[in-house]
Amino acid sequence: MDTIYFLVQQMMFFSIPLLIVALGGMFSERSGVVNIALEGIMVAGAFCSIFFISKMQHIMSGQVLLLLAILIAAVSGVLFSLLHAYASINLRSDQTISGTALNMIAPAAAIYLARTLQPNGVQQILFTNTFRINKVPVLGDIPVLGPMFFQNSYITTYIGLVIFLVSAVVLYKTRFGLRLRACGEHPQAADSVGINVYKMRYAGVLLSGALAGLGGLVYVIPISTNFNATVSGYGFLALAVLIFGQWTPKGIFFAALFFGGMKAIASSYSGIPFLQNLGIPSDIYKMIPYIATLTVLAFSSKKSQAPRASGVPYDKGLR
Amino acid sequence: MSRIKKWLLSISPSLIAILSGIFAGFIILLISNPASAFNGLVVILKGGWNNGMKGLGQVLYYATPIILTGLSVGFAFKTGMFNIGASGQLVVGALMSIYVGINWTFLPGHLHWIVAMLMGTLAGMVWGMLVGLLKAYRNVNEVISAIMFNYIGMYGVNYLIKSSDTMYDILRNQTVNVAKNAVIPKAGLDNIFYIVKGRFHDASSVNGGILIAVLIAILIYIMINKTAFGYELRACGYNRHASRYAGINEKKAIVASMSIAGALSGVAGALMYLAPSTGMHIHVTEVLASEGFNGIAVALLGMSNPIGIIFAGLFIAHITVGGAFLQSLGYMKEVIDVIVGLIIYFSAFSLLMRDVMTSIRRKHGRKVLNTEGKEAKC
Repeated sequence: MDTIYFLVQQMMFFSIPLLIVALGGMFSERSGVVNIALEGIMVAGAFCSIFFISKMQHIMSGQVLLLLAILIAAVSGVLFSLLHAYASINLRSDQTISGTALNMIAPAAAIYLARTLQPNGVQQILFTNTFRINKVPVLGDIPVLGPMFFQNSYITTYIGLVIFLVSAVVLYKTRFGLRLRACGEHPQAADSVGINVYKMRYAGVLLSGALAGLGGLVYVIPISTNFNATVSGYGFLALAVLIFGQWTPKGIFFAALFFGGMKAIASSYSGIPFLQNLGIPSDIYKMIPYIATLTVLAFSSKKSQAPRASGVPYDKGLR
Repeated sequence: MSRIKKWLLSISPSLIAILSGIFAGFIILLISNPASAFNGLVVILKGGWNNGMKGLGQVLYYATPIILTGLSVGFAFKTGMFNIGASGQLVVGALMSIYVGINWTFLPGHLHWIVAMLMGTLAGMVWGMLVGLLKAYRNVNEVISAIMFNYIGMYGVNYLIKSSDTMYDILRNQTVNVAKNAVIPKAGLDNIFYIVKGRFHDASSVNGGILIAVLIAILIYIMINKTAFGYELRACGYNRHASRYAGINEKKAIVASMSIAGALSGVAGALMYLAPSTGMHIHVTEVLASEGFNGIAVALLGMSNPIGIIFAGLFIAHITVGGAFLQSLGYMKEVIDVIVGLIIYFSAFSLLMRDVMTSIRRKHGRKVLNTEGKEAKC
């Protein structure tokens, strides 16, 4: 039983950042802007917030510091994603190229800044993890569910779940969500009924920036005590989650759990006798999410659920 | 006169992107440490010249793989595809050529490195072809599938290295040396690109790979511009539906284009890792090969023109080598990666700038035509 608890806890550590970042990607793509810069934005958000933690941890600690860091991560993500928004919305440039550029700039800038700002040119930013919640009061004592979800957890897990619920409501039950989706499906039609397509697309990209920035921090906190200018391809994995989940919040939720589970098995299978005996090496588990995504794509792309205008710059003159 | 003007106009987006990128880099240096920012800029621009002939050799050495990945990305661009998978194709090709380089010692003399290189090319080709097949027959977006194949390639290569008896150096967590014959010959370049250190010649790492890369670029140029096959591929890039109407099999064109793109990245991997004197080693880490992404910068700067790509590759290698000398001024060399990223960012919309510029010129031209009559025509 303990191994199952442990695996579920691990799975949450890996799934929640994927969930948050993929939801971010969903807002961007649903508004009509392809955002492969998620990886870079995660790095930017993680860098700013972890640097903030490393500087402030002498003054404060625990949940207050983490909440402030979350704010910093989201804001820095928004600022960094402005670059992508400006290039792909105002300048109508190729969204894939601008996204690739951001993915290259973020880690390079993170290393440059870390080595310039820290003594001795050290690249890693160290921090002390004071954020773990051993046991949530009351909820942690529930049998089975308690040890799975309310022990050894982080406040970010619950924030991620709240973001999931809010995203689903915003996308399907609000005027904003309807307009956002309209801009991703048929911007000309949306414009003709008075929706400002540029504004909605900015909203989509900046939301994805905030969530991806936050996701960067959420990824680093539980699994490490330093930040080394990388989120190990999580932004791209989140892109896979987004597609695997067919651009819907519910789909993304389950895809994130599945991919997170694979990551959890890959990272901790050596300590679990049952999985050890299967004799499948960790690299295979790590490959499974990507192969699964390709398989889904191969069978669903003919009638893809992707937003129709995603990736196409909006040109008012073509109305 | 007008030909030069036309040529300048055609490369102006790249020049604007480069100048904006370097200017932004200069501002970063200025903010980090204003005192030596100007010297830092000079060091970056001097690039390989900072270390005489050896430095120039290093430029050629670094340029080899990124010229080829640049060709790979640029070739796919011509058919309207974005090959972000050069990184995976490169590492798959590299593994294959290292495998042959270590194990197929029955091959005599020069045949060994040639076969190793060709097998690497083939492996990269297969990796690229998969993306093309998915795109052509299952309508899978090539950007997404290529990203997936990058990671599958990386983890797959790590797995194959670790589970191999002959290739894995457990202590260093990397591949072992390749056989002597599998190393690409220096082709006499080490006698040109060196500096004298006491009684010794301190040669650079450059090898015959750069010659192969340039040769391949020229071949690709001919293939794209002078053959019916290249014409068909370009036609598909311009308008897929129109070319189908004209009787071109667009599915075949997509698969062919991605296969060749993959093959080019595969050669990049082979040339990079069959390097003197013992072969480079694939280190088992979970990081995508950066040469694949630099290839995107090279292709954009070279405007997908194979000859342009040679110069773009040399330029990126030039400032990368220059960056290594920044350390002496107290700057971190990663500023170069930031500059390269910014150059890609700027080149994403500098194409647009050219359109704006031409339309302004046209408008201006018309105005002149109206007021001054026929004189303005030249």
